[in-house]
Amino acid sequence: MSKLTPKEVLLNPLFNNNPIALQILGICSALAVTTNLNTALVMSIALTLVTGFSNLFVSLIRAQIPSSIRMIVQVVIIASLVIVVDQTLKAFAYSLSKQLSVFVGLIITNCIVMGRAEGFAMQNPPFLSFLDGIGNGLGYSAVLIAVGFVRELFGAGKLFGVTILQPVTEGGWYQPNGLLLLPPSAFFLIGFLIWGLREWKREQIEENQFKMAPQVRKEAF
Amino acid sequence: MEHYLSLFVRAVFIENMALAFFLGMCTFIAISKKVETAIGLGIAVVVVQTITVPLNNLVYNTFLADGALAWAGMPDVDLSFIGLLSFIGVIAATVQILEMLLDKYVPSLYNALGVFLPLITVNCAIMGGVLFMVERDYTFSESVVYGLGSGFSWGLAIALLAAIREKLKYSDVPEGLQGLGITFITIGLMSLGFMSFSGVQL
Repeated sequence: MSKLTPKEVLLNPLFNNNPIALQILGICSALAVTTNLNTALVMSIALTLVTGFSNLFVSLIRAQIPSSIRMIVQVVIIASLVIVVDQTLKAFAYSLSKQLSVFVGLIITNCIVMGRAEGFAMQNPPFLSFLDGIGNGLGYSAVLIAVGFVRELFGAGKLFGVTILQPVTEGGWYQPNGLLLLPPSAFFLIGFLIWGLREWKREQIEENQFKMAPQVRKEAF
Repeated sequence: MEHYLSLFVRAVFIENMALAFFLGMCTFIAISKKVETAIGLGIAVVVVQTITVPLNNLVYNTFLADGALAWAGMPDVDLSFIGLLSFIGVIAATVQILEMLLDKYVPSLYNALGVFLPLITVNCAIMGGVLFMVERDYTFSESVVYGLGSGFSWGLAIALLAAIREKLKYSDVPEGLQGLGITFITIGLMSLGFMSFSGVQL
């Protein structure tokens, strides 16, 4: 692998190597917390911080970790960080932490954090690893916020809980699209997002397993 | 009895782990290309979920919950903040022990499950099931039923998705949607189907 500059490490995961769209990491929580922007934003910040710092700490002690127990060591580091985040949320934003319910705890098993700790932080110096963690967190955040924006704006006519499009039920003109608040819409939105991203960056397109045979048309003469 | 039956049905259909709560998505998408492997993984999840959820219920209620240490003479101790750490520890340990036991006594099942067992440690469906159990204050017997039901719901969903994807690979999908994109949309449609259970009152 060629030498990576800090800027590349930070910015690559945003579009070129997005954790959700290309690496298939951390999708679990990406879908559940996006019904409104508030929770999406808090989740993004929490995950970015946890990924950044877990990468930093794993990288700092990477020479001391025996490879046979590295998983456990990583999980303990990540779990401790998540506990800090969880307790902070409970102390300062209790209603938000109730809304996020189990999903803060699920950052532990979020594959982005484990994946980056295992795949990047174990081989790279602390500073680069920290940036890689932050970068992947931002890539995740970008998808989360985009999906949260669409779902809240068109599903409820609001942004951050403030009414933007006055819904019909409150005497306005906008007919809210209830489907966007239900789970399936998140799948569709991310599917379309991936489609858009791959049309833009065409090198990310997956090879089809089967080529369609050319259609043979028998003309009736 | 009726209570447990409705809890089971709700866990499987209405609150489907994969399709309503999006848990275990990473493995759900990565390992659903073949029906056989999907079913193998599904069974492994059911087994681990049925063991870990009640086990964590015991751990939580005897050691961690507020005032749970009263039996040890410490009624004021609230250890619930280290819950996350101990749950993941219990899950990892259970998976490890299960792997060794299967290897020793049921090698055929061990070979069938193969690489999937260690993967389950980081499956959010397991952790999610445990956290939901804590949040909803399930009793021990409820947690057994919930563990079985939620594990089964995830296994059912991955087997269904794999069956669809096996057919789907012969279809002519737009270039940018191939692979991941179309899988997401498929899951969305499945999830839409499962939404229809949500009107069921139990």
